[in-house]
Amino acid sequence: MKRQFRFGIGITVILAAIIYFAIAGFQEGKAYYRTIDEVHALDPGADERLRVAGIVKPGSIVREGPTVAFTLAQDTTHTLAVHYAGSQPVPDTFKDGAEAIVEGYRKPDGSFEADHIQAKCASKYEAQYSKEAQHPSNVPMYGGSTDSTAASGY
Amino acid sequence: MADFGNLSLALALSFCAYALFALFFGAKSGRRELVKSGERSVYLVFGFVTLSVIALETLLMKSDFSIEYVAGYSNRDLPFFYKLASLWGGQKGSLLFWSWILTGYAALVAFRNRQYAGKLIPYTLGVLTLTSAFFLIVNKFGANPFERLVIDHGDGIKHAFTPQDGKGLNPLLQHPAMVIHPPMLYLGYIGFVVPFAFCMGALLTRELGASWIRMARRWTLTAWLFLGTGILLGGRWAYVELGWGGYWAWDPVENASLMPWLTGTAFLHSVIVQERKNMLKVWNVVLILATYMLAIFGTFLTRSGIVSSVHAFAQSTIGDYFVVFLIAMGGFATYLVLTRLEFLKSDNQLDSYASREASFLFNNLVLLAACFAVLWGTLFPVISELIQDEKVSVGAPFFNKINVPIGLFLLFLTGVGPLLAWRKTSYESMRRIFLWPTLAGVVCGIACLAGGIRSLAALMSFSISAFVLTTLVTEFGRATRLRMRNTRENVARALFEITATNKRRYGGYIVHLGFLILLVGFTGQAFTTEGWGETQVGDKFTIGKYDFECLNIEDISDPNYSGMRATLTVSKNGKVIDTLAPEKRFYPASEQATSEVRMHHTLREDVYVVFSNTNEKTGAAIMQVWINPLVQWVWVGGFVMAFGTLLTLVPNRKDRELARRKRSIEQLLKDTEAAAVVR
Repeated sequence: MKRQFRFGIGITVILAAIIYFAIAGFQEGKAYYRTIDEVHALDPGADERLRVAGIVKPGSIVREGPTVAFTLAQDTTHTLAVHYAGSQPVPDTFKDGAEAIVEGYRKPDGSFEADHIQAKCASKYEAQYSKEAQHPSNVPMYGGSTDSTAASGY
Repeated sequence: MADFGNLSLALALSFCAYALFALFFGAKSGRRELVKSGERSVYLVFGFVTLSVIALETLLMKSDFSIEYVAGYSNRDLPFFYKLASLWGGQKGSLLFWSWILTGYAALVAFRNRQYAGKLIPYTLGVLTLTSAFFLIVNKFGANPFERLVIDHGDGIKHAFTPQDGKGLNPLLQHPAMVIHPPMLYLGYIGFVVPFAFCMGALLTRELGASWIRMARRWTLTAWLFLGTGILLGGRWAYVELGWGGYWAWDPVENASLMPWLTGTAFLHSVIVQERKNMLKVWNVVLILATYMLAIFGTFLTRSGIVSSVHAFAQSTIGDYFVVFLIAMGGFATYLVLTRLEFLKSDNQLDSYASREASFLFNNLVLLAACFAVLWGTLFPVISELIQDEKVSVGAPFFNKINVPIGLFLLFLTGVGPLLAWRKTSYESMRRIFLWPTLAGVVCGIACLAGGIRSLAALMSFSISAFVLTTLVTEFGRATRLRMRNTRENVARALFEITATNKRRYGGYIVHLGFLILLVGFTGQAFTTEGWGETQVGDKFTIGKYDFECLNIEDISDPNYSGMRATLTVSKNGKVIDTLAPEKRFYPASEQATSEVRMHHTLREDVYVVFSNTNEKTGAAIMQVWINPLVQWVWVGGFVMAFGTLLTLVPNRKDRELARRKRSIEQLLKDTEAAAVVR
């Protein structure tokens, strides 16, 4: 009994340390998924990390060195001005009409400062399939699989 | 050809069903002939799946775009090698590939144990066949790669349709590492099905000693080797191909492959305790079950699209198949464990912290914690949405905060564990063993501090590395000296001989050495420098200690792509050390742009240059540059780990000799019997 208790202490200490690191890391890295209309409805003082998805509005991309400013659109009425200046280059899939996910903070003026960006290439097949995957008959071009841009082999 | 492939799939599935019946029923009722015919069907299943794979490859080679899969993942101009690789370039083909490897493993298990007369192997093959059956059902009904391309002209009727050219393999996948990375990863994922099947076989037959573990050992190591190599190749591909300066991003797909590797590593260690001390029996069963579930779950995660990822896989309906299968298999295995708890009792207990058992216990504890944290972090968006109705992601800081200390602790254990005695190590021998390593660690730590390193994690990493390296060197040194004294061999000969006579032990040390080198490589990430330069021909810019000069910017073209190339010289301290020519390419077939990274490698650091984009107004090229210290150590560490694992896989000379003698005695007995019959 005593032996088991002694090992119990060691295990508890290790697990407690890991949980501590988990909570600290979570506080630092957590990001809330928000739609663009939700971002605009946020309390201006709120200082939480956000993750916002949308379509890159065609013609809105302005590059300056490795940074980029563009408009992210949820639909025709809800848009968000985004400025990206993260450490990683803008992905190659980032272009007009691409589906993009940005992570960062909302600035007091309502625009968005992103430090992380992901883009999924909305090529001719992908764009149609992402919305109409359930209705293959709606696809006007020749078909193809739904994961036509699988960037990995599995 | 497509019909032929489909027919082969159907036949494979039917033989699967027969094999299941013959193996389970035959083993249960003790009908040897039935079991034998079940084993033969296992070969047949593999044969038919092979024919299916050949059929799909033939369709890809012939560019038969009437087949949806071929049209989706190949095109006419695609080089031969990549056409071959298109088999695993998309979901449906890769699942067929999965089945092929799995049935291949099953056939190999049947072949290697063809002389075996007990019940364990039939049950093991049965469980393998059960998993094969599941994947073949998915191949046939959920994601059939032989489906024809159809199109609706608006009249509600589906017309067959053959496009002029296919959409091509994703250009990011057109890289040599990408051709071998998925097969490696698959061999790893699927390889863990084999030890799991052995475990289930042991549970079903109630033969729960160490024999199933001994029989499954090589399979487990092989799977572990493939999975680890596959993960590192994936990292290497990301590093040289994706152009964001790193090799690991805690992406869900990466995490999915890391999780079974972590539990598999825990299993490889804790089985030693069962072999030596008859402890941790339930634990080992749970570990291999978890590894199996995580391997299947990994396929599900990468294929179902429940978590968004840079590996842009899309939603699909096959997720339901996986959920049902995972729940069924998990439930079945849990039931087996619970009904056989009495056979899984431990013979021994933990005595002391300073024992090898304890170090295995802590190794397992933190590996499992790491796996759980990765699982939790990967699924957090899904979990938080279910519980709080709010989707939250955790991000890289979460994974790093947890896994950096765990990695350091594991590294520390690789130094301590193998040197501790079983049961209890005395204070005197602890002092004798660890005095020099501890001193080495402290000295290295002070040296790094004096050298200007201020990151706590990096300081700890280097100093623990020095500690572990010293323990490894003293271990090899002690055994070599002893052998030299006894046999009068020279150093090299003695070192070779001790390793060759106990490959399991010294191979293991080499794996630990590789892990150490790997972690030193990871530590380099703490010192990354990055920057960018906007440059016209003739311009210069400086990043870190390196100066760059742009010699040329030109347009490039190729049948497969078009783009731009910039040529830069890299100099350090005024001396030109390399010329790099990064490119920006555009692939018309798939409408995708890619960056061709160029690097200057040294063991100390990589200079990593990406052609980011061009300034539309001035036409200047924008270059992004990373100075990544110690990245080469990651790949070197991987090589050393793989080498060490291969070494442990080779049988010891002594064991081979024993097996040979056993065979010759058996032959002799047979001959005598035959002679007796004749007489």
